[in-house]
Amino acid sequence: MDVGGSGVDRDSSLGFTFDGTDYLGLAGDTLASALLANGVDVVGASPILGRPRGVVSAGVEEAGAMVEVGAPWLDPIVPATAVELVDGLVAMGRPGVGVLPADATGAQAADHRHLHVETLVVGGGIAGLRAAREATGRVLVVDERHHVGGISPWSTEIEDLTAELVTRDETALITRATALGVYDDGYVVIYERAQPVARVHHVRAARVVLATGAHERPIAFADNDRPGVMLASAARTYVEWFGVRPGNRAVVFSNGRSGLESAMALHEAGVEIAVVLDVGPASQPHRDRLREAGVEVREGWAVAGTEGESRLSAVHVAGPGGESETFDADLLLVAGGWNPAVQLWRGINGGLRYDDATACFVPDGAGPPWLEITGAAAGEGIDPVTPYWYAPAEDLSHHYVDLQRDSTVADVLAATDRRLRSTEHVKRETYIGTAIDQGRTSGVLTAAIVNGAQGAGPGAQGPTNARPPYTPVPFSVLAGLDRGPKLLDPIRTTPIHRWHQERDAPFENVGQWKRPWYFPLGNEDLPAAVHRECLAVRNEVGVMDASTLGKIEIVGPDAARFLDRVYTDRMSTLSVGSIRYGLMLGLDGMVFDDGVVMRLAENRFLATTTTGGAARVLDHMEEWLQTEWPDLRAHCTSVTEQWSTIAMNGPASRRVLEALGTSFPVDAPSFPFMTWREGEVAGIAARVARVSFSGELAYEINVPGWYGVSTWEALMDAGAAHGITPYGTESMHVLRAEKGFVIVGQDTDGTVTPHDLGMSWLVRKDDSDFIGKRSLRRSDTIRPDRKQLVGLLPVEPDQLLPEGAQLVERDTGVIPMAMVGHVTSSYASPILGRTIALAMVESGRARHGQMLHAPLLGATIAAEVTAPIFYDAEGARRDG
Amino acid sequence: MLLIPCPWCGPRDETEFRYGGQAHLAYPADPDALTDAEWADFLLMRDNPKGDWAERWMHTAGCRRWFNVVRSTVDHRISGSYPMGAQPPPEAGA
Amino acid sequence: MTEPPDRYWRAAEPKAAYEVVIVGAGGHGLATAYYLAKNHGITDVCVVEKGWLGGGNMARNTTVIRSNYLWDESAAIYEHSLKLWEGLEEALEFDMQFSQRGVLNLVHDLGDRRSSMRRVNANRLNGVDAEWLDAPDVKDFCPIVNVSSDVRYPVIGGTLQRRGGIARHDKVAWGFATAADRLGVDIVEHAEVTGFTREMADGPVNGVETSLGTIRAKKVALVAAGHSSVLASMVGLRLPIQSHPLQALVSALYQPVLNTVVMSNAVHVYVSQADKGELVMGAGIDAYNSYAQRGSFHVIEHQMAAAVELFPMFAHAQVLRTWGGIVDVCPDASPIIGLTPIPGLFINCGWGTGGFKATPASGWVFAETLAAGEASDLAKPYALDRFTTGALIDEHGAAAVAH
Repeated sequence: MDVGGSGVDRDSSLGFTFDGTDYLGLAGDTLASALLANGVDVVGASPILGRPRGVVSAGVEEAGAMVEVGAPWLDPIVPATAVELVDGLVAMGRPGVGVLPADATGAQAADHRHLHVETLVVGGGIAGLRAAREATGRVLVVDERHHVGGISPWSTEIEDLTAELVTRDETALITRATALGVYDDGYVVIYERAQPVARVHHVRAARVVLATGAHERPIAFADNDRPGVMLASAARTYVEWFGVRPGNRAVVFSNGRSGLESAMALHEAGVEIAVVLDVGPASQPHRDRLREAGVEVREGWAVAGTEGESRLSAVHVAGPGGESETFDADLLLVAGGWNPAVQLWRGINGGLRYDDATACFVPDGAGPPWLEITGAAAGEGIDPVTPYWYAPAEDLSHHYVDLQRDSTVADVLAATDRRLRSTEHVKRETYIGTAIDQGRTSGVLTAAIVNGAQGAGPGAQGPTNARPPYTPVPFSVLAGLDRGPKLLDPIRTTPIHRWHQERDAPFENVGQWKRPWYFPLGNEDLPAAVHRECLAVRNEVGVMDASTLGKIEIVGPDAARFLDRVYTDRMSTLSVGSIRYGLMLGLDGMVFDDGVVMRLAENRFLATTTTGGAARVLDHMEEWLQTEWPDLRAHCTSVTEQWSTIAMNGPASRRVLEALGTSFPVDAPSFPFMTWREGEVAGIAARVARVSFSGELAYEINVPGWYGVSTWEALMDAGAAHGITPYGTESMHVLRAEKGFVIVGQDTDGTVTPHDLGMSWLVRKDDSDFIGKRSLRRSDTIRPDRKQLVGLLPVEPDQLLPEGAQLVERDTGVIPMAMVGHVTSSYASPILGRTIALAMVESGRARHGQMLHAPLLGATIAAEVTAPIFYDAEGARRDG
Repeated sequence: MLLIPCPWCGPRDETEFRYGGQAHLAYPADPDALTDAEWADFLLMRDNPKGDWAERWMHTAGCRRWFNVVRSTVDHRISGSYPMGAQPPPEAGA
Repeated sequence: MTEPPDRYWRAAEPKAAYEVVIVGAGGHGLATAYYLAKNHGITDVCVVEKGWLGGGNMARNTTVIRSNYLWDESAAIYEHSLKLWEGLEEALEFDMQFSQRGVLNLVHDLGDRRSSMRRVNANRLNGVDAEWLDAPDVKDFCPIVNVSSDVRYPVIGGTLQRRGGIARHDKVAWGFATAADRLGVDIVEHAEVTGFTREMADGPVNGVETSLGTIRAKKVALVAAGHSSVLASMVGLRLPIQSHPLQALVSALYQPVLNTVVMSNAVHVYVSQADKGELVMGAGIDAYNSYAQRGSFHVIEHQMAAAVELFPMFAHAQVLRTWGGIVDVCPDASPIIGLTPIPGLFINCGWGTGGFKATPASGWVFAETLAAGEASDLAKPYALDRFTTGALIDEHGAAAVAH
């Protein structure tokens, strides 16, 4: 059935398979045009009723021919009109509901790129090409089809414009590229279909011109969903562009001039026109032309219904005086008027108004200053029509409004009969406009029916809004390079990471960091490894990679004053060479982060933060410095990644350090607790701090990042005689819990004050202000019965309280049961030979010695409340 | 994706910035002198107008500086940006 | 399943005066009207709505229903809500497609597990059903979740509330509207409140000015979600609320693959599959204040990446439609329910991203509060003065994305 066609290459045939049968098409075809050329009229079925459905349009407004593409790419559900034919294409009809493959194999790959242009033109039809020619600077033109020219017949103007644009230096023309949405400040996201890798263009344009054209809309009548019923302009496109006659004998039903033009084009292409039914405004020249060509034109006649096994075989028509007649036909072309494609315009809150002459909604008012809309999308050149929404009939239950939802005029009227008045409500009752085409063909029709049912004018209410994306886009395409299998979130590792990997340490995700969790030997499981690691630290020596702790340098003449305001205790009295533990509160008075502060010089401090809190704390400090205290001469720099930090803990740690060789004395009197020294360790420049998160004698050795591994290995060698043991985060947690040291974010949850933690000694009492101070005086924060940090000793020393267990005074067995607290940390303590826990408990400090109970599935664990310290309460071990 | 005019770096994509909410909320000179209600007013109560308002942004992935922006909460249109401590320029209209 | 009613609500003409005027015909406002009439016999009620009924966040949310909140105050009101949901279709004689298909919260790291266990244990002792699932049990319950350890943030377990689920959001608003209408409540759409009338300049509020004229009321109830601050500012009331865009999306239709609601706070995804077949997904809020009902596209792109890691088959799914609502966010992610400093004016707002599930209980307790003129027991913790005392109900810790 080839009749020429300006958009296909007749010398280049492509093989494809549809529903298991092999066919041939041409380069330039869509799947829809190729199916029509091969006489495939029933493409799929309707989603709910299973009615046969065929091709009704030639574009993205398609509501009939839904297919799945199985090769050479995968697409579970797509209109056949939006699939460009390629050799080897495999597709099958679908009832509007796709089947997702079992995994991600074969998902569409896509790259993302960013473009900056002076002018972006969306739509490569004649209006878009004209706008592009007038534009200066960098110009980008995109069109969703695989060709420019839109739905206009090919013309020399299109040819000339295209030829001019493709030779311009700073103009790019991209086809197969859909503008998914127009966003703030000239930001437009464009999906360019390509195989094997598609592309998403993030365009920032100083000026955006929407030249998105218009979509023809149908008229509803009985059985208007039958294959063979097609939009008139689409049939014309198939004939003129693809060289395909979509049928042999056609009835044409039109309420405007363009339907008559389509009829003429079909006639000229050799399609027999049985009759043209014209309910439009008088267009005598067009009627005359048709009649001169021997085509019968009946004014005031309309389609009443259709007939056919599956495909259309006859059309019932009705005259203005109630006459009826039936025409044999395998094609029924419907021209019900045009809807400007205003989806992108609406997406950025552009206004609409109803235009009486063309019976459609056109852009109204100004959009953002950078946005223009032109051509048919702006309502320019749209055919005047006589509104004709649906053929009157007793039974409207086969007058389909939204083919993809099997929704009819009767369904709309049933909704309005039930007193639904808003088109939004009717959409939600009938699902009209919620399918892939988002109401391109059904929206205005539905609004007209709703308006009519209420006796309102056709423009009283407009259609419901389409939303971005303009046409559907695969998740994998939007994910881009981040389409899996692994989320592309940065993985942060310490300089010593490789050593941990070689030791086969399992890692724990802590924010973006990977931290070694424990270091198993042989077949050890977590408890066995942690038991060994903890005892090594308590009895000899262990080392932990603490490089992930946040480190911020605060420098400047006012650095000390600044830190006084940031921490609850005073940092300005710290002497150079010394270290102080500090708590940081949010403005709400709740503990925000903690760490130690070292005074490196008069005007230079180094503050450590929790691993997860580093970025937050830096942001917090910078915010206060810049927004509230710009007069303070201080600045903050993150130095987390500049240092490798190795925490060596245990009674033998001094001997290991001595064996390693340091350029400064490390005995307790010369190098006391909570001081730091700079010098050489094993010949490497280092800063060593006497801080301890285990309660044992400990040295925190900081070396420039790239010396991390060599220092670590030197420590392992020097400590071999003492059985030096690497340990991970789990043992670190056990060791600190034995000492009752809290972890912000584990033992606290954003509702905990320093007083709740029993750390009032860290909160200075003088008149000076610090962040969060005022909030500590609010009536709720001074309540005596707030939750407070306590220790718990399970009555059965081998029973482990689960972290997150809730605590009650008495397990009454009656639900709801009043809870008085919860377990925040819980471990088997190797050194104590029993289990321990930390908990936040109402009036906890007044409960020491009391029993609390944790009701769990199948068991209740009883535990005695204690002070939150279990080992070396007197602090005898920190100096070795 | 807003296009935010950093006063130091020029217009940049929203993803380079961190939002800071309402601008021109001055930390009280003497928080201790405030009643609980006055403190709550500073701490938690916020303007939330429909229309132009002054808000704070920080160019986290750029110069790391805080600044103010006058932006409409109705259509996201930005009418000006200016450094911390400055008042909105008259043309920003907030 | 019950058939749709013969008639939904009337288009009422407003009278000159009512006992109670409710500003906002969203789910919460309509539920308030219904329970005022049903539970308290107060039928001289008018609900005024500036747009179409149920057209704000009610029409835009992702319909997740659950009650597994951490704090006692939250568990109490959300569990009350879930119990109401369980009898709501019957009580209203209205099909809302309420489906208790379970809500599965995925857990990705040890800290997440600790806080999830804390929540599960608290839920059980509060009478809220809650289960902990290890990763293989997650896979059994929802086979399409990727529980491989070879991903960026592996799923190490999850918590499950089997009684959680979804409902058809529009129908919930319509059900309350229709039932309230039957009991005599007037519902007036397309009437925008432009101000409040007061007895004296600083006296009690005694009515609203609307685009259809003044309507007097003994009590005025603001239930305006994202627009609460704008309305409150008309009487000089400042709230601790910021209005943000919250975006959601649906995919094209697919054969059923997802039998439950899955949420992941770590990667900011929540998703269910509607009966028609579309995947319904939401993400975190956009950072900035906005009333535009749209957000920024990068939020959607990030969500896609996270969704594809959790559900590899979703790589093939297609985004059909994205949209935004305006959520009214409180500093502690909990609502404000109760009296205001201005006599005659009551408020119910600040539900943020989690309001849908609370619809019945929100209406129930607010009706109680309006009827009595003082906060009901369930509403008391949600008083406006908690921001002064500091007695916040901070659900951020329990669910960074609180839906």
